[in-house]
Formats: sequence, C-alpha cells, structure tokens
Amino acid sequence: MSSIDRDMSLTGHPPTQITFRQKLASGLGMAGLLLLLLAWLNVDFPNKTLWLTLSLAAMASGVIWFSAEAYRHQPAGIKNNGVYFKAMTSRGFRAWILALALTGLYILLYFYPATLGLNPDGANHGLIALFDPLSRLLNGHQASQWFVYGTLYTLAILIFGIKFIWKYRHNRYEVIRTISVMFFQTAFAFLIPEIMARLNGKLPYYDLKSIWPLNYYNFERYRINAFIDAGDIGLAMLLFGILSVFVITPLLTYFYGKRWYCSWVCGCGGLAETAGDPFRHLSDKSLMAWRVERWVVHSVVVFVTLMTTAVVYSYLGNDGGKYWLTRDSFLLGVATLLTLVFAWAMIWKREQLQKDARYGAIGYFVIIISLIGFHYLSGDSNVFLFRSETLRKSYAFLIGAVFSGVIGVGFYPIFGSRVWCRFGCPMAAILGFQQRLFSRFRITTNGGQCISCGNCSTYCEMGIDVRAYAQKGENIVRSSCVGCGICSAVCPRGVLKLENGPHQGRNESREFPLGNDPDLLEQVLHSAGKTKSSQSI
Amino acid sequence: MEHIAIIGNGIAGITAARHIRKQSDFRISIISAEAEHFFSRTALMYVYMGHMRWRDIEPYEAQFWQKNRLDLVQGYVEKIIPEENTLFFSDGRHMTYDRLILATGSRTKFFGWEGMELPQVTGLVTKQDLERLGRLAPDNIHCPRAVIVGGGLIGVELAEMLRTRDIAVTFLVREKGFWNNVLPEGESMMISRHIEAHGVELRHETGLGKILSDEKGNVRAVQTTEGEEIPCNLVGITTGVTPNIGFLKGNGIETDRGILVNRMLETSAPGIYAIGDCAQQREAWGNRPTVEAVWYTGRMMGEVVARTICGIPTAYQPGNWFNSAKFFDIEYQTYGWVFPDIKRRSREAHFHWRHKNDHQCVTVAYDEEDGTFLGINTFGIRMRHPVLDSWLTGGKSVDFVMEHLHEAGFDPEFTSANFQDIRRAYRSELKSTTT
Repeated sequence: MSSIDRDMSLTGHPPTQITFRQKLASGLGMAGLLLLLLAWLNVDFPNKTLWLTLSLAAMASGVIWFSAEAYRHQPAGIKNNGVYFKAMTSRGFRAWILALALTGLYILLYFYPATLGLNPDGANHGLIALFDPLSRLLNGHQASQWFVYGTLYTLAILIFGIKFIWKYRHNRYEVIRTISVMFFQTAFAFLIPEIMARLNGKLPYYDLKSIWPLNYYNFERYRINAFIDAGDIGLAMLLFGILSVFVITPLLTYFYGKRWYCSWVCGCGGLAETAGDPFRHLSDKSLMAWRVERWVVHSVVVFVTLMTTAVVYSYLGNDGGKYWLTRDSFLLGVATLLTLVFAWAMIWKREQLQKDARYGAIGYFVIIISLIGFHYLSGDSNVFLFRSETLRKSYAFLIGAVFSGVIGVGFYPIFGSRVWCRFGCPMAAILGFQQRLFSRFRITTNGGQCISCGNCSTYCEMGIDVRAYAQKGENIVRSSCVGCGICSAVCPRGVLKLENGPHQGRNESREFPLGNDPDLLEQVLHSAGKTKSSQSI
Repeated sequence: MEHIAIIGNGIAGITAARHIRKQSDFRISIISAEAEHFFSRTALMYVYMGHMRWRDIEPYEAQFWQKNRLDLVQGYVEKIIPEENTLFFSDGRHMTYDRLILATGSRTKFFGWEGMELPQVTGLVTKQDLERLGRLAPDNIHCPRAVIVGGGLIGVELAEMLRTRDIAVTFLVREKGFWNNVLPEGESMMISRHIEAHGVELRHETGLGKILSDEKGNVRAVQTTEGEEIPCNLVGITTGVTPNIGFLKGNGIETDRGILVNRMLETSAPGIYAIGDCAQQREAWGNRPTVEAVWYTGRMMGEVVARTICGIPTAYQPGNWFNSAKFFDIEYQTYGWVFPDIKRRSREAHFHWRHKNDHQCVTVAYDEEDGTFLGINTFGIRMRHPVLDSWLTGGKSVDFVMEHLHEAGFDPEFTSANFQDIRRAYRSELKSTTT
C-alpha cells in the first residue's frame, strides 16, 4: 500500500458517516429484515399476509428513503465520493460480514432448503411459510425456497434500481436501462412464469428471457416432455427457446452488442447493476485476471455444450423410423454447426481473433473429439464414459449453484458485482464472441481527449482496462463488455460513447491519438483486432 | 546500444519513452524523483476524493516497465554537464547518456507572498502535494476552513476536493468571473454560479495580500488585497504553474521561462531535447502560448520527439487546438479558439446559447466578415473531436457548423439533444442582426 492510500484511508477521516435520517432509514430496512429472521427462527406470525407485507414494505421503504437522503439534496452528477474510504465498499469489515451472510444464505437455499422451512410433503414452516400467501395468490401453490428467493431477488432489483436511478439521474442511458432491467425481472422472471403456471399447470416454469446456455436445463428430457404435453403453447415455447439461441440473440447482438441482454434484460445482470452497483469497482483489472477470465469462461462454454449434448443424446433413440431426430443425426448436427461457426471465424475473422484463435481452436477440438467419443463409446444408459445424469448434476452443482450463486452474488462485496457474468456465464461468453466478431456495437474513444485518469477502468464492473484503449485513441471492442455505460458516465472529459455503427472502422487503431498535425504524422491506419494485450506498448 | 535518458516520468516523458521503444531497441532510462511509476497528474484529485486508490491512477501495471525494458531510475537530477553527456544526482550518483530528453514538467507558481513558506500552504501539482493535503486536510475537524487563491483549473479541482470532506472553502478569484481570462463572460459567470451552488464562497476581483500565522507558526488566516482577514487552516495556491527548470541553472542550456526549444524540440545543447510543460517554443505556434502546460501537448511533444530520436526528424506541428476540463459536475470541451472578451481578435464574433437549467451552454466563435468557423466551447454537452477537428481543418463556415452541429454530438445515447434549440436560437439571432 502506498503512503497515499494509507494517508487517505486510515489516518485521514473523511466524512463517510451517514446522516441521522439515513440511520433511521437503515433501521427501518433492518426491521423488515428482522421480521424475516424471526420467521426463519419459527416465530409464528398470526397473520402471515400482514407480516410479510410489513416486512417487504419496511425493507423497500428503508432502502428508498436511504437513497433519497443520499442523493436528493445533492446536485445531479457522479456520486463516487469516499467509495474507497467506506468499509462496505472497500473490502472492509462490513463488506466481509455481508459477504459471509449472503454466501450463507445461498448455501442454505441451494443445499439445505429444509432449514429455511421448506416442506415439500406438507405445510411449510419458518421463513418459507411466511411467503405462502403470496405464492398462493400468484400460482396457487404454497411457496418453495425458489419462490422466496425470486421474490426477494425481484424486490432487491426494484428497490436498488430506484437507488441507482437516483444516483445516475443525469444520465438517461442509465435511467432507461435500469427501468428495463427492473421491468424484465418483475414481468418475465417473476410474474409471467407464475401466472402461466397457474393458467396451464402442465407448462414448465419458463422465464422466457432466460436463454440456453444460461438456462442450461431448458432442453432436458422432463422439460421437453412437459412442453410437448402442454400442447401448442408448449411447442411454441420450445420453438421460442430454440429460436432464441440461434436467431434472436445473434440478431440483437449484431445490432446492439451483447448489452441488449446483459445489462438491459438479464436477471443476473439486473441484480449486479442495481444491488451490486456499490461494488462495481472491486473487479480485478489486472492482465492476469483477464487471462484467467478467458480460460475459465470458455471452459464453461465447452462444459455446458457437452453437458447439453449428452443430456439430449441420452434421451434420443436410435431408430429414425420412430422419430426423425436420432442420436446419430443429432451428434452430426451439433458437429456440423460447430464446424461451420469455427470455419467462419477462422477464415473471415482470423485477424481480429489473433491470440484468441488458440482458445477457440482448443475448445472446438475438445468438443469434436468428445462428440466422436459419444458416438463410439456410449451405451444405452451412459454417454461417453459418464452417465449423462452425472454430467448434468455436476454442472448444476458447480456452475449453476456454486459459481453463479454462492460465489457470483455472495462475494459481491469482495470481488465486485460481475464475477459470475465475467468468469462463469456461458451465455455471456457466446454473446461476447458474437459481439467481438459480428456486431455494430463499440465504445468509441473521442479523438485525443483522454487524460488517462482511470475512472473508466476503475468503475468497469467487468474488469476491462478501458483506459488502456482510450489513452491510445482506440475504440473499445471487447467481448466481455456488457455495455452498462458507466465508463462513459464517470469519464470527466467526455471521451467514451457507447454506440452502434457501421462495421467499417470499428476496430481501427491509429499510431497516434488525435492532436498533432495529421499530415505530419501520416497517421498509420491499420485494422488490427483488439486481442493484443491491453498493455502493449 | 544508444542510451536515451529521460528526466521526468509524466505524460510527456512516458509518451516519448513508449514511442521510442516502439520504434527502436535503444536503452531507455526514465528518471524521476517524484513517483516510482507514471501516474495521471490530472487524476490526483480523485485519490483524495476516494474515487480511486493511488494504484488506480497509474495507467500501467508494474510489470509493464520491465516487460518493455524501460529502466526506471529513482533520483533527483541536480546537474547536467552537456559537454560530457553526464547527469549528476543529488545523492552523488551519476549517469551518462547519448541523448537526453528533459520532461520535467511544471511546479506551482508562487508570487512571493508574505507567509507562503508556512507549513499549511500548498499547491496541487505533485504527488507530494497530494500527500501534504492528506495530512493537512484529512477532515473538517483538523481543517475546518480553507482559502484557495487563483481561479483556474487547479483551483476548482482543489475546491471540489475539499468540499467532499465538508471543509469550508473561500475561493479568491482575481477576475470578475471564474477563469474569465480564458472563458467568455457568459460561460465564466455560469461556472461561477455552479461553484457557488456547491457551497464554495467565491470572492471575485479579490487577490491574496499575505498569509498570517499564529504564535506556533501555523496558518491562521489570509489577508486579501482588500485588507480583509479570512480565517483559515489551509491555503491552496493555484495561481498557475511555471516550468520546473531550477536544476538547470548554470548548465549552459538556454532557458527563459522554460527551456528554449526550436521546432524540432531541440534545446541549445546538441543531443538534448525538451518536451511538455517545461519546454518553451522559441517561436509561438499560431495562437498557442509558447509554454503550453497541458496534458495533451505533453503527449503530442512526446510522440514527435520519439520520431526524431528514432531517425525520422520531425518538427512539432500541433494540429487544431483542443482541451477539456470538468468543473464540479459540468464538463467542458473546447475545439479551435474561442477567446474571452479581453483577448478577442478584431473580427472574432460569438454566438452564445445557454440552457435555462444553467448547466449547459455553447459559445461558437466565427469570423464576422467571411463567416469562417473559428472554434467552439461547450459546457455540459460532449462533442466529437474528430468531427470538429475536420471542420476546423476544412475551414467550414459557421452556418455549416450550426446546421450540422448534431453530427458532432458525443453525449450518451438517449440524451435529450439540445441541438435543435441551439440551431433555432442561432437562426433567430441571425435574423435579428440582418434585419
């Protein structure tokens, strides 16, 4: 730690204390939380509807009141004063307490729901029972742990969304984007699936905006059966699920970049952008972290592709006479599709891929060899050497639960808000691949105006060293960018702009940023990709 | 292998080093007494404000220097003997070089006020200034009141910094409005109002008389040129900067306010170049001052000198002037030349538009005889540098610029555009002057 960090944060005591009213607001929110805690400890509330309403209302009004006190009296503008002085936002004691509490909650949710009061064979008790009235109202059944989680998750996006809008009220991109994630979470993730389940009991729970591979279980046997059993509406939903992967997402990503999903629609992104916003600067910006990111997230893509192929393979038959899609034609189809994508990238986009081509090639060959393995080494109940169920279960445990939940959200206060999106989410990786090679989106760097201050890099939740590009006058075209727009918002000199534009010139880089007489320096234009290390000289 | 020594690891010196490394295999030594690594000087304020840590304002990771074979040398150069190609450090070490680049930057300009040697008087230029501020003004208990002298870019930064710790700030500005010697009046007054809205007590047309101390030798108050006493615990001197060239005295390198250089950025001593804030052009470039203490010009000179050193002799030939800053919540950008009333050229006319929110305004300067577009200042509206640059180079007319202004907008998507209003105001002003 340099002497300044010490001076500024330890011996100095800048005013980071909260006002009296903010203390009251915190108290109110805590009281709401306390009600949930009491319910968990099996305090029997006589009128559950009333107490649940009270609890949710207290938490919501606490947070909203707190935000109003924090931002209402201040002029609109960037509100990052003291971020690195507050324990909560600089990995201090409070941050660790919060991280442990969140992590604990996830462990209970995923692995010990009974301790929260879940009773699938009879009446719920404890915390989950408190949510029964709301659950009955929406879907007609008693609450599950996922209903409790979904309710609190949606509430968090809504109330912290309001806080975020207050904080960035001068920036319409941020305001509209946040209203969008609040809407998609409430309608698509929370209300519509519950109501659909009520209207058509055969339909599987389906959050329409959750797309494979984020929704890694969408093509599992029980869901396919349920879709088919539910008749036309079910088939339409299944078709939508497939179209989402192959048509809808590539098209939208082509026009708008992956931000249309990651920071406008997605629920994981929604929580990260709202409740996770105070922790966005904690993402690791080092080159090392970038290296780890690329290995880990692409391994997850390979894993989820193999897992899904194995799961579908396992329930398909061999007899083409019974059903047109057989095991062999399915494997062949997957292999052909991947080969086409791989060949397209290698032939047309090799220049932009540069070093990343290696990662792509490794991933591609692992999958193809595995597919060949599936074909020759599978019996009736197992795929390759494993049971497909084992693959599915380990993916659900490692990636679906531990990575996205326990680490992804539990460690917001330590690693920042987008750990899952950056290192784990296979959907983000696939959209990122499209964004890098096949999209109109970029962050434009404004000529020579960059002063290398570092606000953009610091507040990039995805750990992109934005400054490394901006100070060279280069546009930012990175697969991991979710287009949250905060780099542009915090830039004090108006250097960055998120925009969609023609492909031509998107990747252009100049020998020198704008400034010197251009004739003189005969600015060397060359269309190079952005794979070169962000810290290249 | 040729050895290039660079004194100073600011934006000028580091840009030169990076570009020399790109184009050559020379041995490169970068010498600094101020900081171990290059940092963004313009970002010093954000460390005090808690937006970033020190390491966040360093644009390159520690391993960058080694990886690119840029040798970092910690030390204060006390003396140069150009005839022997040798530098002498204050700790007795010495270093020989083949060619030398002086990129020593600026220091705070003090005007010899009584009391300026007191411990609670500081500028805001160096890393050491930031450390001093951290010690002197950790919070509003140890430092309830501060006075800032000099209404320029550094002064408003310092005011913003101190306000984040709820320290009462009185800001002495010699002009009628903030930065009125650079900004036209409409803009200057708008920024003055904005500064006051942030709780800063702004004293226009007031200068510093002397700094008063208590019996322990600590700052107690300042006395203004009007004779008024303002009690305070800290005095920020932000009356400008001056080239940091004290160590060159008697070394035989010609200096004036700065180190004198020709178009090739060569000093009077062969093989020695000067770039950035410390350099003074023997011959001014258009409207540019001979000493340019701006981030961007430091960078541009670094790019040019690197080419010369690597065998492609290149003159410093800056393109269209541009600059930017941020005053509390209001961003400022300028392209081309827009002069304040006191410095306005004979044919320079202005069109000024201000939003009723008093946070956004635009001033466009043009030649009133032939209608050529000369420059634009925008506040609270981001503009696209390459577009305005090409308009300036192409000698577009002010009418063209006003009709196409929206094409040069750079605000985030969905920002409610003011360009229609601006165009309408321009047209109606045109009408009223022609009828």
